[in-house]
Amino acid sequence: MRRKTVFAILSLLVLMPVITQAAGPTAAALAFTCAGCHGTDGSSVGPSSPSIAQMDPEVFIDAMQAYKADKSNSTIMNRIAKGYSDEQIKGMAWFFAKQKLRLQPQQHDPQLARLGAELHDKYCEKCHEDGGRPGDAGTLAGQWMPYLEYAMADYIAGKRPYPRKMQRKVDAAIKDQGDKATSALIHYYGSQH
Amino acid sequence: MSDFNRRDFIRLATGATLASGALGFPGLLLAATPKVVVIGGGVGGCTVAKYLRKLDPKVEVTLIETKKAYTSCFMSNEVLSGDRTLESLTFDYEGLKRHGVNVVIDYVSAIDPSKKLVFTAGGDQFGYDACVVSPGVDFKWETIEGYDETVAETIPHAWFAGPQTLTLRRQIESMPEGGKVIIVAPPNPFKCPPGPYERAAQIAMYCKHHKPRAKIIILDPKDRFSKQGLFRQGWSQLYGFGTDNSMIEWIGAAGGGTVEAVDPSTRTLQAEIEEFQADVINIIPPQKAGKVAFASDLVDGDWCPVNKLTFESSRHPNVYVLGDASSAAKMPKSAYAASSQAKVAAAAIVARFNGIEPGEPTFVNTCYSILGEEHGISVAAVYALNRDSNTIESIKGAGGLSPMDASPEQRKREVSYAHSWFKNLIEDMMM
Repeated sequence: MRRKTVFAILSLLVLMPVITQAAGPTAAALAFTCAGCHGTDGSSVGPSSPSIAQMDPEVFIDAMQAYKADKSNSTIMNRIAKGYSDEQIKGMAWFFAKQKLRLQPQQHDPQLARLGAELHDKYCEKCHEDGGRPGDAGTLAGQWMPYLEYAMADYIAGKRPYPRKMQRKVDAAIKDQGDKATSALIHYYGSQH
Repeated sequence: MSDFNRRDFIRLATGATLASGALGFPGLLLAATPKVVVIGGGVGGCTVAKYLRKLDPKVEVTLIETKKAYTSCFMSNEVLSGDRTLESLTFDYEGLKRHGVNVVIDYVSAIDPSKKLVFTAGGDQFGYDACVVSPGVDFKWETIEGYDETVAETIPHAWFAGPQTLTLRRQIESMPEGGKVIIVAPPNPFKCPPGPYERAAQIAMYCKHHKPRAKIIILDPKDRFSKQGLFRQGWSQLYGFGTDNSMIEWIGAAGGGTVEAVDPSTRTLQAEIEEFQADVINIIPPQKAGKVAFASDLVDGDWCPVNKLTFESSRHPNVYVLGDASSAAKMPKSAYAASSQAKVAAAAIVARFNGIEPGEPTFVNTCYSILGEEHGISVAAVYALNRDSNTIESIKGAGGLSPMDASPEQRKREVSYAHSWFKNLIEDMMM
């Protein structure tokens, strides 16, 4: 119930500029410009640009704000994120949250993926529910594997801020299975589509 | 959707507001199925067709293109290194048809803006409520003495991906071991500003493995070029640029890089200061808007002036010009820019059909260049419209180039993002 109310209020905030004034591009117009790299309505066809459709809006906002503040390693997103106001980022977040994620099959190692599935259940499922399908945390299931590799390498190297609790879980998974833990997880996520 | 709800949806999607006065465009509002004719099946044309249908399925869209399939120019330099086939850049129009776009293969001879008719060489005519022209560029052949369309079959421009891309590739493959390639770069503005310099790197990428003593010289009528610092750094890291042994050499305007004439029989170029002879010559001629823009009175000088709020031609109402042919500085003539402009135009046209004013436009450009197997660089910008001056301005503090001295890992990631940019741009325009 509470979540529903929050959603309603946030939706209203997103729509309000459109209703009350003409100033500034709409969320949809802003979001359309992302498609050249992230796919139509945020479903990337790969091989490495991440899909952003159906992404949790808070995760989207945190990611964009971290790029904007140069707090998260990136190749190009730090340059692009700086072009948008906080309101515009919020608008895009809600636009993409409402798009249906379309996934594509990816080549993966089934054996590694099986190990990854076990590790996921043990260390990741609590936040990345339902095998990492779209939810309150970042979408992992079916995400492009090179992107997951870059992201994990950056987390581990301290170049990307860990969300709450994640570092402890990643450390534990690596302690459990060594270096192959992260690639097992990535192959597991890549195996879902 | 009822008409009222549909207009609400469009207003939300496009940012349009109710036109002041009773109804801004009553005639158009009453048209049951407004018709749009799109001329040109490149990035601008395809993207506008797809997004028109996406924003308002009531709009009837006909796209007219001369070729049965689209071959992408972006990424076509990879054919020269051997990293990619031309087939991997070629796509049919079936995807657009699935979006309900009527695709016609014919050549548009001219538009009659007063009668709102498009005429084709095939003898057909198409009426429209809005006509979108996205013809890309044409060459100013007369500017280099001795160079014309016939000569270009043996001294290719390869600036439209297709048979000439393969000709250039074959010529590089069959030149002698220590062969010399000359790329003649065009003056500004031209489509794909980093293209000639990426091309030099892609040819070097092939030669490094197969003809290590080869030389690639760029003759340039300019003293500066796109991503210059990054290209020079990449060339030096990969191909010895700046040393006596460099595989790539760049001669700018100050060094006599402006080419005035070509003698195809001896493969000799007359530049401002001296002559250059080469085994393979690639001339990228100076450019102007595509033919239909000239035939239809849409140009002012070489390019088509437009109202940047909508991309409607400043010369004729109800005609819109997108992409390379439009005069949209400071946006570069790039695929991503054309795609971004197409979405702004689609939203403006749909708003107009529904009697509402266009929303505030927003634009992005991103452009990648691949210098080596694991060496990619990019430029990005986010733009807004300054309505007072009708100029598209990049937002301060955002955008810019990949950093100089980036780590090999970052350069490598940019290669895979470059390939993602290619695939998603194609997906977004025609799948």
